[in-house]
Amino acid sequence: MGELEGFYALWYREIKVFTREKSRVVSSLVTPLLWIIVFGGGLGSAVSLGGINYQVFIFPGILAMTILFSSVFFGLYIVWDRKIDFFKEVLVAPLSRTTIFAGKMVGGSIDALIQGIAMLLFGVILGVKYSFLNTVLAFAFMFVLAAGLVSLGLIIGSNMESIEGFQLIISFLVFPMFFFSGALFPIGNLPKYLLAFTILDPVTYAVDGLRGLLLGTAQLPVIVDFLALSAFTVIMIIAGTLSFKRLK
Amino acid sequence: MDFAVETENLTKKYNDLLAVDQLNLRIKEGEIFGLLGPNGAGKTTTLSMLATLLKPTTGTARVNNYDIISQSSEVRQSIGIVFQDPSSDDVLTGWENLYLHSLMFGVSKEERKRRIDYVLGLVDLKDRAGDIVKKYSGGMRRRLELARGLLHKPRILFLDEPTLGLDPQTREHIWEYIENLVKTERVTIIITTHYMEEADRLCNRIAIIDHGRVVALDSPSNLKMKMGGEVIKLQTRSPALDKIKGLDYVTSVNTTDKGVVLTVKNASAHLQEILGEIGQVESVEIRTPTLNDVFLHYTGREIREEAGEGGVMERIAHMRRGN
Repeated sequence: MGELEGFYALWYREIKVFTREKSRVVSSLVTPLLWIIVFGGGLGSAVSLGGINYQVFIFPGILAMTILFSSVFFGLYIVWDRKIDFFKEVLVAPLSRTTIFAGKMVGGSIDALIQGIAMLLFGVILGVKYSFLNTVLAFAFMFVLAAGLVSLGLIIGSNMESIEGFQLIISFLVFPMFFFSGALFPIGNLPKYLLAFTILDPVTYAVDGLRGLLLGTAQLPVIVDFLALSAFTVIMIIAGTLSFKRLK
Repeated sequence: MDFAVETENLTKKYNDLLAVDQLNLRIKEGEIFGLLGPNGAGKTTTLSMLATLLKPTTGTARVNNYDIISQSSEVRQSIGIVFQDPSSDDVLTGWENLYLHSLMFGVSKEERKRRIDYVLGLVDLKDRAGDIVKKYSGGMRRRLELARGLLHKPRILFLDEPTLGLDPQTREHIWEYIENLVKTERVTIIITTHYMEEADRLCNRIAIIDHGRVVALDSPSNLKMKMGGEVIKLQTRSPALDKIKGLDYVTSVNTTDKGVVLTVKNASAHLQEILGEIGQVESVEIRTPTLNDVFLHYTGREIREEAGEGGVMERIAHMRRGN
């Protein structure tokens, strides 16, 4: 009972913060929209891929990018949070670390998912065809991706003592995860050196899966994408729970 | 007699640094107990171990008769903490902060609203409960965190530097609130501070801590009385101390960067003689001992009040949230 209420408390807090800091939500959508409108529109005027307009082609990739950035940042934020903010209070509560991790993870995933949904709506303007089924499945992909990436952020954040490594993580983890994922190009005929990284990048499977669902063009069957992504997320959740147990 | 806190060779080592060194403390139920010492003396480390936030390297402690290592959840449930740095969520209202705390600390559903109302009353924040914490002053925020610490009816309340970074007037107010709490809530309060007046004013007993060890422990008045006389503070460049040290009515001699501080029995009667021995003196001050003198006596150093320390993280927090 106590653990459940604690979980609810953590979740309640994230939702409150999310709804109060509207400017943050709006600004988090600016970068993805710039990618689609400017980069996609610009390159799309010269390029189309397999009969699909380039702007539409990168839409699932930018959707995954929105989730990628907001999820990892949400997780990393606990570096500040546990020093100067509310998280310190959470860590002294008589709650198990598993509960605290779960509360943070679900709170952050929903946070990222809402931003993903806002982006999905933008897809209507681009002419993406939504059905009930592909929308529900896209939600599932986005949620599993967010859960894995929030966990990844929380793992890094709980092992970091200061914010100095922040830029490093953005340069060496977040941006590579975005670029290697095939968000901006088809992964069918990649040179070997690129392919290796692409296969290892969990975001690849989210991009491919979302592309399959929303545009009907994918390299792998949607179910394979989903299983690969889920495997990543499960591993991250387990590792995250263990990381939190060691957290001071 | 049951103790609120009983430590057993409590020790914390960070690599080579001995932060807390075989601490043995017994804190009685219902008292205000102070851990007084300079920054880095091991006060906060001690507090963190008692609150089960840090694992001791060796030794253990019992808090409310629960072991801090094997029964950490029970310990947490039975204590309240107010941290040095702000730990309330400034995007939420005061009420929401308390509500979250009541959920996390298992305050029953029937009691929640009544209890929140009650603690808000204790710190006079009822009128501002619906405001976002960002709009609170530093003192109000500290009061909210005091109220929060009491919400789940803890038997011990830990206050880590409760008035750090507050202006003198606000500090006075916080002291009044703390004094009130002891009367109305019957809770044991354990306070860490490096402010002498704070320890003097609030605490029933004080442990002076230096380099992780207790160097003296008693009530503020006893500590001062044990000094054995009055304090003579002499401003002088080159004191001749050899003979002074040999005088039987001089109980302690401490040199500081500005001169010498002596503790002398029946100081006014011996002043002439001391002045004769010590040589050229720029100024003389005789007074009854303060805790500052007690501290100097036991540690050979003066405690320094570093203004602004601890506020650094607070400033970063404000920068980040863009105000």
